[in-house]
Amino acid sequence: MSDDHVDGNALAGDLREIFAVDLTVATGQCAGCGYRGSVATLRVYQNAPGLVARCPHCEEVVLRLVRAPGRAWLDLRGTVSLEIPLDS
Amino acid sequence: MPIVSPGFTGRRQSPDVQLPPGQYLTEDFPVLTAGPTPRVPTDRWELTIGTEAGEKHTWSWQQLMELPAEKITTDIHCVTKWSKLRTRWKGVSLDVLLEDVETAADFALVHSYGGYTTNLPLEDLLDGQAWIAYRFDDDDLTPEHGGPARLLVPHLYFWKSAKWVRGIQLLLEDEPGFWETAGYHDYGDPWREQRYQGD
Repeated sequence: MSDDHVDGNALAGDLREIFAVDLTVATGQCAGCGYRGSVATLRVYQNAPGLVARCPHCEEVVLRLVRAPGRAWLDLRGTVSLEIPLDS
Repeated sequence: MPIVSPGFTGRRQSPDVQLPPGQYLTEDFPVLTAGPTPRVPTDRWELTIGTEAGEKHTWSWQQLMELPAEKITTDIHCVTKWSKLRTRWKGVSLDVLLEDVETAADFALVHSYGGYTTNLPLEDLLDGQAWIAYRFDDDDLTPEHGGPARLLVPHLYFWKSAKWVRGIQLLLEDEPGFWETAGYHDYGDPWREQRYQGD
């Protein structure tokens, strides 16, 4: 793995604050190339003003998360869908 | 002889240095990036300014080098709260590049190699406020810092100074860029601490 990014597990803490489930185990589909894989497999650039998660296949941005005091912005326009496992 | 060196340490701030609110001084030059670092050879590099009428003005690297350049010494302020003082750059003023561009636009959307974008009012690119910078500290600008050339707009937060600049689209309507569509302020004046939307 290149030293300029980490894997999608780096999103776990920030996403858990927003969602009640661990989204890193959700299966996402990239809007750019159709790649399907768990959020944990994304490439996360965190030396930035927000977290930028890119597709490991085509490098397009699939998820962005910006934190400000008291609020957060989640941009999923690069994601077709997230399949979230739930207790049945 | 003092026991403790008076050099900058951590977030300590020299009393005679005025920084924008919420900023701290840094002596190094942090590398921030939202994606892989593009490596653009200068023989394949070009810069295009497009107008709202569809007119395009393009410069090759060689043509950029032939334009009059300026040396700039300026403070820079990153929205992640570090500021770096008296940074030294060399580049071509946007006043030179826009001199023969006919436009009625009020806004600009800056495009980078790698897909990054950022928006700003056209007037913030004019009157000696913005450059296409290709030298830093007497060296060629490295890819990590946006080389071969980056936008330099030091009066706004540094995310507006797009690395790896490849084009400027002039627009009649404002069009938010990469960070501006994800919660960051549309304008980004560090002295008014315009970090996030609504600040």
